[in-house]
Amino acid sequence: MKVRVHVSLKPGVLDPQGRAIHHSLEGLGFSGVNDVRQGKLIELDVDEGVTDEALDEMCRKLLANMVIENYRVERVAQKEASE
Amino acid sequence: MSTFRSAVVTFPGSNCDRDMAVAIEQVCGGEVLRVWHGDAELPSGLDFIALPGGFSYGDYLRSGAMAARSPIMQAIVDAAGRGVPVLGVCNGFQVLTESGLLPGALMRNAGIRFVCRDARLAVENAQSVFTAGWRQGEEIVIPVAHHDGNFFADDATLDRLEGEGRVAFRYCDQVNGSARQIAGVLNDAGNVLGMMPHPERAIEKAQGGSDGRKLFESVMNALASA
Repeated sequence: MKVRVHVSLKPGVLDPQGRAIHHSLEGLGFSGVNDVRQGKLIELDVDEGVTDEALDEMCRKLLANMVIENYRVERVAQKEASE
Repeated sequence: MSTFRSAVVTFPGSNCDRDMAVAIEQVCGGEVLRVWHGDAELPSGLDFIALPGGFSYGDYLRSGAMAARSPIMQAIVDAAGRGVPVLGVCNGFQVLTESGLLPGALMRNAGIRFVCRDARLAVENAQSVFTAGWRQGEEIVIPVAHHDGNFFADDATLDRLEGEGRVAFRYCDQVNGSARQIAGVLNDAGNVLGMMPHPERAIEKAQGGSDGRKLFESVMNALASA
C-alpha cells in the first residue's frame, strides 16, 4: 500500500527557502500570499502488514529530523493511489 | 608517548578528507589512517577521529542524514562513548548532529547563498581537548565554505549549551544565520566537537593563515598529558 509522509519545518523554525519562494511569487506579480513554508513529501510503497508504529519509527529515525521538523503519516486508499 | 594514531573517515562525496589527513599529519604526525564509510569497524587504539567536510551520499534527504546511518557511524558512536576525541568539520558537523552525537541541526544558510570566506571566530571555551591551546575569548580566523551551516536548536537547548560551556566557537560577525552566532559545539562529555569552519584549511601561512593549527596541537597535547 501507498503511504505518504509529509515532512514540514516546525513552527518558528526559519525557512529561508520558503522565504525565497515567497519573494519570487511576489516578483511574478502574485499578490495575497502571506507566507510560504517548504516541506517534503516522501511516498512509500509498503506491505499491508507494516504497522503505524513501524512507520512512526521510520519517520523518527530517518525521514524527519525531529530537531527541526514535524511529520504526518498518511495511508493512501487503494483507489486514490491508483489514480 | 606512543605514536599519535588517528583516523579520517571518507564518505562518498567527502572532499576535505585529504586536507584533513594532511593537516593531522603535519601538526600531530604519527599515523593517519583512512577509513571508508562502509567499514563496520574502526582501527584499534585510535587517539583521534575526524569526519571531514564536503558532501556525503549527495546529501540526500538532509545534509549528513544518510552518512549518519552508514555502517562506520555505529563504531564512531561507540568510540565517542569511550572518550575518543571526535572532530566533525562542516559536513562532518552535519553528520554528528544527524547521528545524535551533538545537539541541534544545521539548516540552509539564512541568506540562501553558499558562503565561502574567512570567518572571524571567538574561542568561547578554551578548556576543551580541542581548544585548550587558545586563550578564552581569543579571536581567530578560520575559513568557512558551506551552504547548510545555519545552526538551530530550541531555546532550552541553546541555554543549556551556553550554561555548560559547550559553545566552543562563536562567529564574530553573522555568517549564516546561526542561532546566537554559534560556529561550533561540544558534546556533554567534551570529547566530540562539531564546527562549520575548516581548521584543516588554516594550518600554514601559504593557506592564508595558520590559526587552525592550534586545534590539532590541542588534541595532541591533551593526549600527551593524559
